Amino acid sequence: MTTPTTKGGFLAVFFSTFYSKRAKPLIHFLSMLIMTFIGLLMLTFVIGRMMPTDPVIAVIGDKAPEELYEKTYKEMGLDKPIVVQFVYYLGGVLQGDLGTSVRTANLVTEDILNYFPATLELATLATIFGVLLGVPIGVLAAVKQNKWPDYLVRFFGLIGHSAPIFWLAMMGIVLFYQHLDWVAAPEGRLSVMYEYTLPKVTNMVLIDTMLAGDWDAFKDAFAHIILPASLLSYYSIAYLSRMTRSFMLDQLKQEYVITARVKGVSETAIIWRHALGNAWVPLITVIALTYATLLEGSVLTEIVFSWPGLGRYITDGLLAADMNAVLGGTIVVGLVFILLNLTSDLLYKVFDPRAR
Amino acid sequence: MKVLFNKARRLAGMTGLIFALSSGAAVAATPKDALVVGWQFDDIITLDTAEVFEFSGAEITGNTYDRLIGYDPEDVSKIFGVAAESWTVSDDGKTFTFKMRKGIKFASGNEMTAEDAAFSLQRAIVLNKSPAFILSQFGFSADNVKDMIKAVDADTLTITTDKAYAPTFVLYCLTATIASIVDKTEVMKHEVDGDMGFAWLRTNYAGSGPYKIEQWKPSEIVVLSANKDYWGGAPAMKNIFIRHIGESSVQQLLLEKGDIDIARNLETEQLKSVDGNKDIKLLKKGKGSLYYLSMNLKDPILAKPQVQEALKYLVDYKGLEDTVWAGRGQVQQAFLPKGFLGALEEQPFSLNVEKAKGLLAEAGYPDGFEIEMIVRNAPIRIDTAKSMQTTFAKAGIKVKLIPMDGKQVLTVYRARKHQLFFGAWGPDYQDPHTNADTFAKNLDNGDNAKSKPVAWRNAYAPEQMTKDTLAAVLESDAGKRAKMYLAIQKAHQQQAPFAFIMQEQEVAGLRANVEGYVLGPSFDSNSYKDVVKK
Repeated sequence: MTTPTTKGGFLAVFFSTFYSKRAKPLIHFLSMLIMTFIGLLMLTFVIGRMMPTDPVIAVIGDKAPEELYEKTYKEMGLDKPIVVQFVYYLGGVLQGDLGTSVRTANLVTEDILNYFPATLELATLATIFGVLLGVPIGVLAAVKQNKWPDYLVRFFGLIGHSAPIFWLAMMGIVLFYQHLDWVAAPEGRLSVMYEYTLPKVTNMVLIDTMLAGDWDAFKDAFAHIILPASLLSYYSIAYLSRMTRSFMLDQLKQEYVITARVKGVSETAIIWRHALGNAWVPLITVIALTYATLLEGSVLTEIVFSWPGLGRYITDGLLAADMNAVLGGTIVVGLVFILLNLTSDLLYKVFDPRAR
Repeated sequence: MKVLFNKARRLAGMTGLIFALSSGAAVAATPKDALVVGWQFDDIITLDTAEVFEFSGAEITGNTYDRLIGYDPEDVSKIFGVAAESWTVSDDGKTFTFKMRKGIKFASGNEMTAEDAAFSLQRAIVLNKSPAFILSQFGFSADNVKDMIKAVDADTLTITTDKAYAPTFVLYCLTATIASIVDKTEVMKHEVDGDMGFAWLRTNYAGSGPYKIEQWKPSEIVVLSANKDYWGGAPAMKNIFIRHIGESSVQQLLLEKGDIDIARNLETEQLKSVDGNKDIKLLKKGKGSLYYLSMNLKDPILAKPQVQEALKYLVDYKGLEDTVWAGRGQVQQAFLPKGFLGALEEQPFSLNVEKAKGLLAEAGYPDGFEIEMIVRNAPIRIDTAKSMQTTFAKAGIKVKLIPMDGKQVLTVYRARKHQLFFGAWGPDYQDPHTNADTFAKNLDNGDNAKSKPVAWRNAYAPEQMTKDTLAAVLESDAGKRAKMYLAIQKAHQQQAPFAFIMQEQEVAGLRANVEGYVLGPSFDSNSYKDVVKK
């Protein structure tokens, strides 16, 4: 780019700043971000309008008189072309207005601040469990390839991938709640005595109970989250162990491993430091994607455990033709994917010097 | 390798520890002074009494607001004063004068007066939300309502209707949720841009009922607290916690373990499963909801009267009552539910394949035909529809079932684009006009009609029945009126393209120590006021 000259004035300075080597990727990223968002919103909006459900019924119910139907139809802007409807909606979104949910009577932004933390808490715990267990057993399976620990891990993974979550959740409830009394009732995030009294700060109950210094409530919250988080993590464990096994097998075949062995490096160091150190690089993307998928909200788990999460919010919204809620939820899911992609790119650079 | 196994073992140990940590906090019986209810209440979309029209919302409102009058849930013909102590009707039958009860206080501490009652009814008309027609059918509009409903003084309210309707019709409409009395001062404090406090009251509370609404988190929890100053005496339970438990099998587990006191949505399977459990008892009550099959007369096959009659003989009413419904419904074959004034209880139809075959042959379909049936994707509806699919097949009718989400079914139904529809209808108030108005009256069968009742949705436009329905609502003599409805139902039962099949019976599972919970004929008459835990 040209260097600013006195003749070039403001425009030259502008271009030199924004098309400098450092700014270019940022501009590229931001424009991609905006385009992705608009594309995502447009697609969701069109799908929502094409659904064979009348959004007016979601607002006024089945029994309202015809004149009220007509009035509401116009108030919702449904008499206008879909492009105009979308432009109006986009205008609102750009001003931070995601509209009001017809199902909850709240602003969609308020709803998201209420429902997303519930999903965030559950998904984060499930991912932590998933990484803590999935990665080591994946390593174990790779090291013990074609021996019984490997078969066991693969069998475990197969069940994790093929058993329906609904069934697994019910079995988990019957075993750990009904028979063993190890976990709290599948009734939501807290027992009723805490649900109403706990001050809401982050809307993540484990954190809010800690902030309130109420350790009984914390224990109660933990007893509520542990089973759904474990069940969700089972899927991450199954997936992560399979991927870890595969990445580790690739690494263990590499020449540097043989060289290390020849040089007398201990087997533990070879596996955990050298091989796993390199396997982390592709694993980060896998973990980020697993986390992002969990952050969309797991509808069935949320239904079975009466968990007020984002997945249920979006699904209920979709079934009730509550399009503001669906679009708001979609924005959050889109953001989550973009942010996690960005994070995994950054972590890539930390773990892989070649990417710097 | 030992290191590897030790690491794995340690991780397994950690998992055990995590579960062990969480144990102990798990089993907590519900508090003695609080009632915990498990219920699917995700239909609540508002708390404003001018807008509430959903089952769950009506139940919450019924327990937290007072209305002018009420009725006995065991005998709806017994109407009594609630916020109104007494009332009189003028000689011309158009003006109702209510004397307000003294000493009723809203949650804010404000005393209730006739002005609050007048404001609440006027507000419902001006806001004109979905249930507003329950009141506006008496000739009220935003322009005239201040003249027709007014507080003469602090203790006296007058309501003047445009015609002399049957007095019970007017009174029953005043028992509906929309006639709940809100605290005028409190509501108007939150008025924004002339909305009469609508934006605020959708998520807040301004009532005087036995319980106050403390919190509503959609699809999560509703918390009610006892109104210690309630004029009818403070309720025993300090709090009612209503949790949204979407899965009925989970409700069963929670009830069995004592984590909830009442389970509201037990399905047939769960009811069989808890039967005989000494810690659980079942409470049953016939509701007003009717499940029916309707035939769209726009379809040339279904337009033939013999086909309509044949289908009525191809439903296994008794079999459905005994198996699919098993305690959750009773056969009812007329458009008024049992318990309503003038309800017809005769059941002329039963499964009779031979008779149906004869009727089909007469209509020109000796080998049957193919037809589509739309139905909401809910277990009991699907099972009932499947039963009809089986029995219809016995006469050669091949039914293609099209399960849809609830709102999707309604979209098709309201557009008259179906052939057969199986679904439900719940009365809006306890007067027979509510169902006659929708099933037996159709003033304009055109596609762009102003009014589109259920009869219209099926292109059914009976002239005489429409006249009879309009006449019955003006009959002031209850005995004569009952006879008029009986006659309308008899004709309707034989001629209309509707096969009424089942009247819903609500079943709640209660812990054995819970007493005083009342299930009424409508959801707004389900009451927590007298609940005690022994």
